[in-house]
Amino acid sequence: MKSAIAIIAILAACLTGAARAAPPPEQCDVPPSLIDSDVDLSRVTNAFKANHRLDITVIGSGSSALPGPDGARSAYPARLEAMLKQRFAGADIKVIAHARSKETTATMVSGLDKTLADDKPMLVIWQAGTVDALNGVAPEDFRGSLDAGVEKIQSAGADVILMNMQFSPRTESMLDVSPYAEVMRVVAEQHGALLFDRLAIMHYWNDAGTFDLYTATKKYDMAHRVHDCIGWALASQIIESAHLDAVRMQTTQ
Amino acid sequence: MPSPMAASLPITSERDLRLDLFRGVALWLIFLDHIPQNVVNWFSIRNYGFSDATEIFIFISGYTAAFVYGRAMRERGIIIASARVLRRAWQIYVAHIFLFTIFMAEIAYVAATFDNPLYAEEMNILNFLKEPDVTIFQALLLKFKPVNMDVLPLYIVLLLFFPPMLWLLLRQPAVALAGSALVYVLAWNFDWNLPAYPNGVWFFNPFAWQLLFVFGAWCALGGAQRLEGVLRSRIVLGIAIAYLLFAFVITLTWYIEPLGRFVPVWLSDWMYPIDKTNLDVLRFAHFLALAAVTVRFVPRDWPALKSRYLAPAIRCGQHSLEIFCLGVFLAFAGQFIISEWSGGPLMQIIISLVGILIMVATANLISWYKRMEGRGLTTRVKPPDADLAGGDA
Repeated sequence: MKSAIAIIAILAACLTGAARAAPPPEQCDVPPSLIDSDVDLSRVTNAFKANHRLDITVIGSGSSALPGPDGARSAYPARLEAMLKQRFAGADIKVIAHARSKETTATMVSGLDKTLADDKPMLVIWQAGTVDALNGVAPEDFRGSLDAGVEKIQSAGADVILMNMQFSPRTESMLDVSPYAEVMRVVAEQHGALLFDRLAIMHYWNDAGTFDLYTATKKYDMAHRVHDCIGWALASQIIESAHLDAVRMQTTQ
Repeated sequence: MPSPMAASLPITSERDLRLDLFRGVALWLIFLDHIPQNVVNWFSIRNYGFSDATEIFIFISGYTAAFVYGRAMRERGIIIASARVLRRAWQIYVAHIFLFTIFMAEIAYVAATFDNPLYAEEMNILNFLKEPDVTIFQALLLKFKPVNMDVLPLYIVLLLFFPPMLWLLLRQPAVALAGSALVYVLAWNFDWNLPAYPNGVWFFNPFAWQLLFVFGAWCALGGAQRLEGVLRSRIVLGIAIAYLLFAFVITLTWYIEPLGRFVPVWLSDWMYPIDKTNLDVLRFAHFLALAAVTVRFVPRDWPALKSRYLAPAIRCGQHSLEIFCLGVFLAFAGQFIISEWSGGPLMQIIISLVGILIMVATANLISWYKRMEGRGLTTRVKPPDADLAGGDA
């Protein structure tokens, strides 16, 4: 019943052309347990309180970007920026995306010093794991790279959000990402970093009928809506974990 | 005190039905585990502790291999026994390549029909279809192994090295077991593993997992009797149960996130990651504890072993290679149905049940073939259970 309503809502949204606007919460609905965390983004809190500034850097591979003409504007880094800007109208908010397809975590780490020096972010959202799983990088090596990278970012004075893989049911029987997701969970826990559990969140959306992730399509609209919701969920998690409570977004059902 | 039971697994000509039972159950669980997002997975033991069905499967495979080929080696000599082990390895290799073909068909289908810009990155997994010359060769070399197809290559390698190990086990069991443990330790210290394609290493490190296989073989060749006293001790039972409870609680924290904060940092630092590739000591210990508790409460002459309710699992365990391969295929097929039509919990339950029914029916069919062929060959004089024991190590 619930999923039927969600599908009708999405269809209605598509028909009225409203799908690309900032999503109403019920469309990207995520149970609070998938967003809540004990980890505080204290550097973000302090910097934001002090001078209403938030510089976020996104490091990631192909799944942090979208192909097509509107790709850059529609991918989750841009959506995150738009939503935060909308939420904190007076603040100076910037999200810089470095999404390079086919880049393994080890390669990302080698370029990390330069990125940190150039961007001077308060928060780094690090999306990783898919390319490592595709290339069959040993999970221990993946863990080593991730450890080194998180330490680098934290010693540069920024908070870290680790974002795991997409839930991709069609390729699941060929590409087992679970060992890599497990490594990311452990690394986040050990370094006091925040985990954005994209895998579980997209899984939830698929089960709840928010998105049918089995769909075969050449069109971009569903991909855009998924990224919209990822951007929204990320914004919710940042606001929550950095205790920007006054402007807290709704995450409950 | 209950009967001297359980703990004793003497070298007799009678097959221990417990082995078939647990191997059969392990095969069912491996099938269920291989269907991602399956609600029925909640029955699987991997959700209640560190070890899973793979440990059971490898241990029992080692046990039965020693049981069958050990007798062959004693009665007919090292050449004949080794030849039979190697023939078995060859059969498993052929079965693996057959599964690989089915897998290729599935991938080719997905590549031809599925497209979604959201998954542009994940679709790169299909790239290997662009160079089948490399991929198929790597698969024949057992270096390229698709998801869920790691167990049979491990089994093949374990059998290839089994003849000399069996020879040693029959003469100096303690030395053989110590040697196996040494290889395990060295593999951990020096990161030994076999290379995989396109890169990385084998998902099941043979240098580590051989320990479980050899331990199973050692138990079959009299080790279980030597352990009898240990297994009968209440202290050991207490430790085993305590460890199983500990593992259960830790596993709970993986699924119920808020519980995670009660795990002390020093413990999680020491404990994680619990490495499946290299058969983490915590996993091995968990299997040992499980086995110790099981032999305690499920005696060899447990009447239920003869009941018709357990017969389906036992049958499956008696034809492990065929049923294992069938399970991998059924998991592919089930997943295909879920992605093409419907993936709801009801469908998952139906697919799981139908899959197990097909496995049971096939096991019965194979038994029927064997009985029929056995009857036809009047010249073959065999003890009644020999075709089971001889055919399915």
